[in-house]
Amino acid sequence: MKKLVILGAGTAGTMMLNKLYKELDRDEWELTIVDQYKTHYYQPGFLFIPFGIYKKQDVVKPKYDFFPAGVNVIFSPIDKIVGEENKVLLEDGQVLNYDFLIIATGTQTRPSETEGLKDKLWYKDIFDFYTIEGAVALHKKFKDWEGGNLVMCIPELPYKCPVAPIEFVCLAEAYFAERGMRDKVNISYVTLMSGAFTKPVASKVLGDLLEEKNIKVIPDFYLSHVDNDAKKIVSYDEHEIPFDILTIVPVNMGSDMIERSGLGDDMNYVKTDKFTLQSEQFENIFVLGDAANIPTSKAGSVAHFAAEILMENLLAAMEGRALPAKFDGHANCYIETGHGKGALIDFNYETEPLPGTFPLPGIGPFGLLKNTKMNHYGKILFRWIYWHILLKGKELPIEADMTMAGKKRM
Amino acid sequence: MEVKTIAGVQVNVSDDGYLEDMDQWNEDIAREIAKELNIELTDKHFEVLNYLRQKTKEGETLTIRKVGKSGVVDIKGLYKLFPKGPLKFSSKIAGIPKPTSCV
Repeated sequence: MKKLVILGAGTAGTMMLNKLYKELDRDEWELTIVDQYKTHYYQPGFLFIPFGIYKKQDVVKPKYDFFPAGVNVIFSPIDKIVGEENKVLLEDGQVLNYDFLIIATGTQTRPSETEGLKDKLWYKDIFDFYTIEGAVALHKKFKDWEGGNLVMCIPELPYKCPVAPIEFVCLAEAYFAERGMRDKVNISYVTLMSGAFTKPVASKVLGDLLEEKNIKVIPDFYLSHVDNDAKKIVSYDEHEIPFDILTIVPVNMGSDMIERSGLGDDMNYVKTDKFTLQSEQFENIFVLGDAANIPTSKAGSVAHFAAEILMENLLAAMEGRALPAKFDGHANCYIETGHGKGALIDFNYETEPLPGTFPLPGIGPFGLLKNTKMNHYGKILFRWIYWHILLKGKELPIEADMTMAGKKRM
Repeated sequence: MEVKTIAGVQVNVSDDGYLEDMDQWNEDIAREIAKELNIELTDKHFEVLNYLRQKTKEGETLTIRKVGKSGVVDIKGLYKLFPKGPLKFSSKIAGIPKPTSCV
């Protein structure tokens, strides 16, 4: 039997396992998936928890629910990959040999990377919403908060789900308006980028949207440290912003296991060919999702589109053929903007997010870079799609390659 | 893209004034771009510029964090050398493309 091992059973790894299970001859291939945790989180749902829209039980399911029968499942931390010997060493002492390896170990938040962040105000006045613990703690804080300065800070790139902080401030705006205390809350959006978003057209549209909502955008702020006593954030060029509640995207990094394996860049992301998704170091190692250092969003939609490309390339590699498929960096993100509306962006390595309609040119039903009710329904429907279609590796009626149809050049 | 004369040399620059071809760069060009940004270049500046150029040649994507960990200069020092634009201004002066943030 030939062996295929997947490291990481999050969105990317689980999705790929289900696709491979359908595609590969199971008399020929033995499939193994490894993860250290048993719970699968619907991470896009974390954003809604601080506002009481979702509860913890809405975003968790056992990982076992999504593994097909006859697959080896191992719950253990990973020590390292020995690429030269086609081996994975697990912390529990097991050694896994592989013919092909897929790394899908994702990205994690590292609050300890920023001075003063994980200190005495952590989960008292300082929160992340990228972990279930942070999101739940923030919900408790918001419930009886009487107002003040709410500061959303993005201190480093890249980070998971680049639109989430924009959605967060929009949802906060709507939440405090509904509670009749919007006038008691100053919301600011502090970012190391030069605007609300990286790409120019979307940055302008989203920046205007935030301004309309009276959310102050403070660009080019590169966070040095958090002053817990004075309750302010301080940049490297010594600008200071006071906060009553600080919500932050902690520095994101790939798994330490990647560093131990000698496969990563300085942020522990696996050096990966951005078109073929193959490791730059080993021909029989491929990378899917946030774990890769490819220059696109760290988001489930990217992993979903990339999974189709990976499947084609993996099948070719297994048969010794040249890799046929090229990933274009396609990302597709719903942006929840509060008050029952949402926006949608669709982009890739080359084309920045543009206005238009999606997925059908001229029809939609979704509006690109537009704030509509229909886009909000798309986001709400997505949780069902995630659990029932996406993770199970079933097809969605959206092409892996981005299309210009329905988009307007600016 | 347009052609601009900097320090007596014709170079191709982007809409934002970044050199299109890093091989057209020389130290006089660097000094003149720096002057427009009100920066007087010292040896320390050139040490950073050469690091940026070397990493760009090697195909690496630069971030403030990476420069801060390079051993050439720390982040605070980088801000002191290139106030208001630690990576944007230094890249412009180093003759390499405008830093893009990939998200």
